[in-house]
Order: sequence, then C-alpha cells, then structure tokens
Amino acid sequence: MPDQLLFALEVTLNGLTAGIMYALVALGFVLIFKASGIFNFAQGVMALFAALTLVGFQSGQIPFSHLINAMFGTRLHHFGWNMPTFMAIIATMAVMVLLAFLIERLVLKHLINQEPIILFMATIGLAYFLEGLGDIMWGAEVKRLDVGIPQGMSPMIDDLTFNWFGYGFYLDRLDLWAAGIAAVLVVSLTLFSQYTRQGRALRAVADDHQAALSVGISLRAIWVLTWSIAGFVALVAGIMWGAKSGVQFSLSLIALKALPVLILGGFTSIPGAIVGGLIIGVGEKLFDFFFQSTIGGATENWFAYMLALVFLLFRPQGLFGEKIIERV
Amino acid sequence: MKDMSQGYTTADGRKIGGVMMEMKNITLRFGGVVAIKDISFDIREGEIRAIIGPNGAGKSSMLNVISGFYHPQEGEVWFRGERRPSMRPYQVARLGIARTFQNIALFEGMSVLDNIMTGRLNHMKASMLDQAIWWGKAQREESLNREKVEKVIDFLEIQHIRKTPVGRLPYGLKKRVELARALAAEPEILLLDEPMAGMNVEEKEDMCRFILDVNDEFGTTIALIEHDMGVVMDLSDRVVVMDYGKKIGDGTPDEVRNNQDVIDAYLGVAHD
Amino acid sequence: MIYREVGQYKTSYVADSHTFPIIGERRAYYLVLAVAFLVVPVFLTDYWAQSILVPFLIYSIAALGLNILIGYCGQLSLGTGAFMAVGAYAVFKLMTAFPEINLLIHIVLAGVVTAGVGVLFGLPSLRIKGFYLAVATLAAQFFLIWLFTRTPWFFNYSSTGMISAPTRTLFGMPISGPSASATTVYLVCLSFVVVLAWLARNLTRGSIGRQWMAIRDMDIAAEIIGVNPLKAKLTAFAVSSFFVGIAGALMFAVYLGAAEAGEAFGIDKSFLVLFMVIIGGLGSILGAFLGAAFLVVGPVLLKILLVNQLGWPTDLAAHVEIIVIGMLILVFLIAEPHGLTALWRTLKEKLRLWPFPH
Repeated sequence: MPDQLLFALEVTLNGLTAGIMYALVALGFVLIFKASGIFNFAQGVMALFAALTLVGFQSGQIPFSHLINAMFGTRLHHFGWNMPTFMAIIATMAVMVLLAFLIERLVLKHLINQEPIILFMATIGLAYFLEGLGDIMWGAEVKRLDVGIPQGMSPMIDDLTFNWFGYGFYLDRLDLWAAGIAAVLVVSLTLFSQYTRQGRALRAVADDHQAALSVGISLRAIWVLTWSIAGFVALVAGIMWGAKSGVQFSLSLIALKALPVLILGGFTSIPGAIVGGLIIGVGEKLFDFFFQSTIGGATENWFAYMLALVFLLFRPQGLFGEKIIERV
Repeated sequence: MKDMSQGYTTADGRKIGGVMMEMKNITLRFGGVVAIKDISFDIREGEIRAIIGPNGAGKSSMLNVISGFYHPQEGEVWFRGERRPSMRPYQVARLGIARTFQNIALFEGMSVLDNIMTGRLNHMKASMLDQAIWWGKAQREESLNREKVEKVIDFLEIQHIRKTPVGRLPYGLKKRVELARALAAEPEILLLDEPMAGMNVEEKEDMCRFILDVNDEFGTTIALIEHDMGVVMDLSDRVVVMDYGKKIGDGTPDEVRNNQDVIDAYLGVAHD
Repeated sequence: MIYREVGQYKTSYVADSHTFPIIGERRAYYLVLAVAFLVVPVFLTDYWAQSILVPFLIYSIAALGLNILIGYCGQLSLGTGAFMAVGAYAVFKLMTAFPEINLLIHIVLAGVVTAGVGVLFGLPSLRIKGFYLAVATLAAQFFLIWLFTRTPWFFNYSSTGMISAPTRTLFGMPISGPSASATTVYLVCLSFVVVLAWLARNLTRGSIGRQWMAIRDMDIAAEIIGVNPLKAKLTAFAVSSFFVGIAGALMFAVYLGAAEAGEAFGIDKSFLVLFMVIIGGLGSILGAFLGAAFLVVGPVLLKILLVNQLGWPTDLAAHVEIIVIGMLILVFLIAEPHGLTALWRTLKEKLRLWPFPH
C-alpha cells in the first residue's frame, strides 16, 4: 500500500480512538438530557472534578488545604497516606453521588418549570461553581493520574500492522483500553435502561414528566439517580482523559467539544453519542492531516463546530434525533 | 372565473359580496397521515363562514393552509379571483389575512398594548434608521398607529389592562387581546380558531357580540372554527362541515342542520 | 413620600411612551448624566478609570448588544468574544491603513464591519434555534479567533502576533496609545455609551423591537401575523454585532492598547458578557448596565477584600471569584430569573408605596 494511504489509515484509527474519548463525555450529556431535558453544560467540569477528587484521594491530599492555610496560617498539604486505587475510585464515586444529591436538592428542585434556556444557563453557572470548587479543594496545578491502565505504544498493534503493511501503526494502549471500557459502558447502560425497573423509570421520565409522576415514579429520585450515573460516566471520562494528558483545566473545555458530537449524534441517543464522537474524532484528524499544509495547523480548534454547523443546516435534529414537527 | 358582481343582502340588511377566497381540491398530508382530503369550498366577501366538525377533522389544519403555514400537496388557494402562489406566512398576512389561534399565541413577554401594536406592523413603514433616530417620522408613525390601536382597545373594552403583561391575564381576556391583535391589522379576512373555547356563557355572549360587531361595522369577512352549535347556527351565514379530513356538508345553517351525514357524524339526534 | 406620581398624567401618546414617565426619575437621570460628564472627570484617578469605570462603560456596550440579541430577540449567542475581536482587528486595520481619518469614525466603521460579520454568522439562525444556534455561534467564536491568530495580514505581519494601537488624537488631545489620559479615554467611552444606549432604546421601543420580541416569544405565531423572520433575526444580529464590534474596538484602541486575539477575546469573554446579560436582566436596557457594573465592580471588590484585607494569595482569590460568580448565576436564576432589573423594579414599587406596606 502506498505510504500516504497508510499514514491516512493510521490517522483515521487514532481519530477513532480520540472519538471514543469525546463520546465518553457526550454520554453523560445524553443521560441527563434524556431524563430531564436539561443540557448539562457542567458535564465536562464534572469529569475534571471527578479526576481531581480521585487523584486527591489517591495521594492523600487534604481537601481545601490551600484555603485552610490561607485562613489559619497553617502549612497542611497531605494526610500522609496513599489510598489504593480501588478504594479511591469507590470514594470518588461516593463524592459524585453526594454531588448529584446536592445538585438535585439545591438547584434542580427550584428550577423545575423554567424554560430550557434558563436551565441551560443554570448549568453554566454550575460549571463555573464546580470548577472553582475543584480548584479550591484540590489545587489547580496539573496532576498526573495513574489508575494502572497500561500506556504507551501498543506492541501488539505495532507488530500486527508491520506484518500486514510493512509499517507499524502507532496506537496507544490506553486508547485501546478506553475503547474497550467505553464499549462495556454503553452495553451496560443500554441493558440497564432496557431491562431494569430503574431503567424503565428513567425512560418514562425522559418521555413525559407528568405521566411518570402519575404512575408513582419519584421524579426527584430519578434525577438523583441520573446525575449519579452521569457522575460515574464523568469519572470514567475523567480517568481516561486524565491518564492521557494529565488532570488540568483544559479537561473542562472538552465539554464544549461534546456539543458538536451531540449535534451529529442527536441529544437523546446513546449509540448516537458514540457515532457522533467517532465521526468528529476521525473528521478532525483527517481534516488536519490533509489541509495542514495549505491552511495551517490547530484546525481542531474549530473544525468540529463548523462540521456541526453544516450538519445543522441540512438536518437540524442530528443523525439519530427525532424530527421536530411544529404545530400552531 | 369568479363572478365578483354576484352578491346578496341578508335578512338583517348586511351585504354579502362575491367570492373572496376559494379552496380548490386541497389535500394535505403529514407523512402517511392524510389531514385534509380533496376539500373545496369558498368564502364570500362580508360573510361569516363557520367550519365545524369533530375533533381531529382537520379544521385547524385547514386554517393553517389558509394562513400559509401548511402547504398542501395538492390543490390551490384562490384569493380575490387569482391563484395564490405558495408563499410564506408573513406574506399571506400582508395580503390582509389575520387570525387567532386555538391555544393562545400571544407574546407573553410584552404588554397588551405592545401585543396589539404588533398587529399593526404591516402598516408601519418607517425604516430602521428612522426608528433608531426616533424623533420625527418614527415617532409620528408610532402615535398614529397607537391611535388606531386605541380604537380597537375601546371596541373590545380592554382599556383597563392595556399596560398589563399578557402573561398575567386570565384566559378569557387573553382571547380578547388576541382578537384585538388580529383586528388591529385591519384585515380583509379574519380567521378565528375556536374563539369561544373555554369560556363561560357571559364571556361567550360578549365574544359573539364582538364578532358580529366586527362584521357589521367594518364589513370584515370572517371564517371561524367553533364547537358550540348554538353559536354557529346563530352567528354564521354559511357552514362547512368536515369529518376525518373530508367535507361532509356545505350550506346555510339550516341546510347543514338537516343533513343526515352531518347528523350521523357530529350533531347527533335528540332522544325523546 | 419619596417617589410620587400624583398629579402626573399624560395627555398625548408621545408623553405616554417616554423613557422616564415619572418626572422625578427623569430629573434623576439628567443629574446622573451631568455628574458623569462634568463632575467625575475632575475627580477621576487613573486607578478608578483603569479598573472600574472604563471597563464598565465598554462592557455595558457589549452587554447592550448581546441583550438585544438574546434578551429581545431570543437568539442565543456564545460568540461575543470573537465579535469583539472583529471590532478590534477592524479598527486596527483601519487605523493603520488610514491614519489621517479620525479614530471615532474608524470605531463606527469597525462596528459596521462587525455587523456584516454578525449577519453572516447569523444566517444559520434562520434554520436553527436554541442550543443548536449556540453551537453555531461557538463555531464563529473558535473559527474567528483561529483566523486572527493564524493570518498575519490581520496583525500587519508583526512578529509578536499582537496588535497595538497607535496614538490618535481628537481636538488635539491623544485618545489612544500610551499618551492618552484616563480622563479623555473615559469621556470618549462615556459619549459612545450615551449615544448607543439612546439608539438601543429607540430601536427596542419601535416596530422592529416588537418584531424581535415577537420572534423571541412565539416565532411561528409571529410569522403568521406578519413578521418576516429573516429580516427580524438578521437585523437583530446586525445591530447586536454593531454594538459588540464597537465595544471591541474601544476595548482595544483606547483601553488595552495592545491585544492578542486568543487571550483578549476568547470564549471566557463570551461567557462574561452572557453572565452580565443574565444577571442584569434579559430584555432590558437598564439590565445591561446593572450586569456590567456587577461583574466589573464585583471582582474588584472581592479582590480588595480577599487579597488586600485578608492577605490571601491571588490565585486562591481568583478561584474564590469563580466560585462566587457561579453561585451568583445559580442564585439569580433560581430566585429572580429576570435579574437585577426585576429587583430594581420591585424596589421602585415598594418606594412608591412607602411608608405604606401595600
């Protein structure tokens, strides 16, 4: 095979894995949107917060140490222990559930009948709040995240492709693990929503709040459940992204990237989030690959949004969304 | 072609003119569902034409076709003797067709006065630059149109709520404000979608009075969808009956009342 | 006792539609204007101008523009930062290409250029609504910033990639560049604010303003009663971008003096102006000012409190600021979605009746 084509293929594969990463964040959006019609702008920040908390637990950080030191003149930083990863993940999950509970209680409950744009702006406020909270609790410097997932070039893929094509593809093992974990996540979420009682209740709420209430489903309990699951998905996304590029502020900007993913895949479709993520991931990398020489680099800054924009002009409801029929 | 000279005078002295609007073989589909099936009828100038039928018969859809919001897959709409080409709703409004809506479509963020003023927008010609500067042309035009709107407000007796935000009004008053907005446009044809829905007896009497006055004083042609049979029979000059998207009756209230198809589908029979 | 309307009745429609129908309010407004133009310049310090008044004035203009788009016409935009950048780069190119022409003219022209760009990126609004439109404006935000940072023509091939405002004068006094005094800059911005606010008021009270609000409240019904959605939405984008472009031009030319697109006009600015509009109150001219004041003065006060008074490190104070802003957004949206303007109106209602409870 010609070299250019091999390069393009490699870029495509890397694009797919990047797409999985986007899809992980988009999944959280879809869950919350399905259950409450809220577009949770804070999903990316939740991923960052989850990652920060995990690292904090793992390394035995004292939460709010910076603040405590400033207020009382102390010099505390760490408890001095190192928590095993498994425990740290459980602890972080507990924090995310607590967060979901607080969000429902303090914010969502009071905004039930508001228009979507108000809810959207509330999640922007929430995003800012969580970002500041994460910074104050655990500090804003870049952190390394390691949960034991193997990283670095995959020798297996390298050998395999070398034997096939005479050129070894570089695929990071972390990305392969991410793809596998994402697949497990999607399957289990789909199974959960189709076959369990809670899952059914979730779908009922997503369909019609009033009707769900009238058959005895507790809207609030469902919302806490949804935001907890979204928190779990955020944790997974945070771990993957954090392991790849370190835990830092730019993680929350991924939230913005998830928007084009959702536009392509539809706001209410779980498989759509994956497909949308893959398309954006591949599209970005390929566009950069082909056009970098002519128009310069860093096109990933805007390509996804332009793609989404073009898409919207022709198909406003996305690939998997429902067509909107307007009535008067 | 249309014979515009043909007209007649009603028993109570109102003049009904020739055919103003005509629907010819309208068929409207939504995907696999046929909402309107090959319906034709006409509306004469100055008359009050009722469109009745059971729920889901396609009456509101028909009104939406007249408004230009839905585009029928087959058939034509003729207005004043000419075929009306497919156009956007706001262009239809400029022809002089105003309407009210089944589920009130007022602009909840604005006051009653502002809502009714929006009805005047096709009469306001000041450019954006004029409006930005305000003094002079735009201000004069605003005052002139305000005067006309105040006349409509007087007519419908809603002076006391003119500055109230519309969102705060009770249902009956909202309906009246919607009527005012439609009237402010000084329309040729007024389309009313269930103007009496949800009203008690007194409110219905008031609304009937207003509708009759509008037709009487301004000569406005009116097409209305309504479920209250008493209202329909009393108010209208002619009636169209729809059922499952098809026309099953067309004529004077008496003719329609005695039409067997209409009785079977909609009116029913009084049991002794 | 304080606030009386007794005896003030209107005898013409013109009088009825006055911006300040109550004479007491009108006089207060003229007083504020007089103080702003005549008294403040005398006592103005560099610190006050730099940290508070000039940014307040400039952001008021941006908030006015965004309020027209979101508050009056209901079109969500997250591209404000990039549109300010368009104004800034436009005025830079004009200043350097035509140095003889007055800076004020250049600023207005920069606004016109931004209006054009705004209409272009507003075209999708004819097909797309709500969040989807927000995404389209994000495309504008990221693309335009990328364009300005990557295309050397925009920053006149400077090696630093930054644009710097050369000195320009008005009536012999420098109003841009390092030699411009705080007072002249303040007066220039104040003049723009007064004129633009007047224009905004006129547009929003007229026919086009009602058309915008009709589109915002019920766009389908609006079209059926005669509003041309293309004209309404695109004029909203045009007018809004005109305002935002002027704000950007002023920000660069007379306030910052030098700027780099990604840093000065990034997405954080888009959110900042959006928050001003939300906190100030959607759909009100006063709201733009209240929101801008809140989000310009607030952080300054917070910093004075935390860093100067309590001695906290600046990065900690910055994080607290983010938390406070986030919390305020939530509190406002829950308690008073119509922002400070609604609070102000409630206060006036109470003052009308004071000392009676109702």
